Amino acid sequence: MIVTTTKGDMDDSLLDKREGSIDTSNESTNWVEYWHEGELVHRSVNMVLKRSVFAQGETQQI
Amino acid sequence: MANTQAMCTSFKGELLVGHHNFGTGVTRGSTAADTFKAALYLASATVNASTTAFSATNEVSGTGYTSGGVTVTFGTAPSTSGTTAFVTPSASIAFSSVTLSTAFDAVLIYNSTQSNKAVSVHTFGSQTVTAGTFTLTMPVSDASTGLIRLA
Repeated sequence: MIVTTTKGDMDDSLLDKREGSIDTSNESTNWVEYWHEGELVHRSVNMVLKRSVFAQGETQQI
Repeated sequence: MANTQAMCTSFKGELLVGHHNFGTGVTRGSTAADTFKAALYLASATVNASTTAFSATNEVSGTGYTSGGVTVTFGTAPSTSGTTAFVTPSASIAFSSVTLSTAFDAVLIYNSTQSNKAVSVHTFGSQTVTAGTFTLTMPVSDASTGLIRLA
């Protein structure tokens, strides 16, 4: 697989792949990193937002 | 039967589509939906409920990122369920082929049709991106998890 990196497109066989994830009440995040000779050359993040913004509408008693 | 004081659910939904105007000075050019955009902000920024409009101050910068961010797709009209009105982007918000080396932890959704007026701020764990893509996948659009909710 070809990976876009800071050094141009590279075959993933030349790269060290690292993946991680975190799941909180706010988000679920997955990331993938590719390293080449100890240098981070690609990092992508996919994040699922769980928490919305919320406004409460109220009416005042007359 | 009894009368019950309430803010009408229909009103909440109609706020999301611009039916009501209690003030002056707002002119809508057409009946078309406005264009909304999403911009990323550095972890050192201060975007919050007091933010009134998009600003490039403390916005992220880097290869492949255009100031102002990307267009947000609201392909599904706002809806109501129970007493809650809600709307959620119908597609993920993606910043593709970017390098954002300084940590960012917030996205501002704003109305680029209406003078870049702010809509909402969503925060998350700090991230960086290197020659990659940052994708924000939207929650289920309903009264409990819709991205923007009026209840």
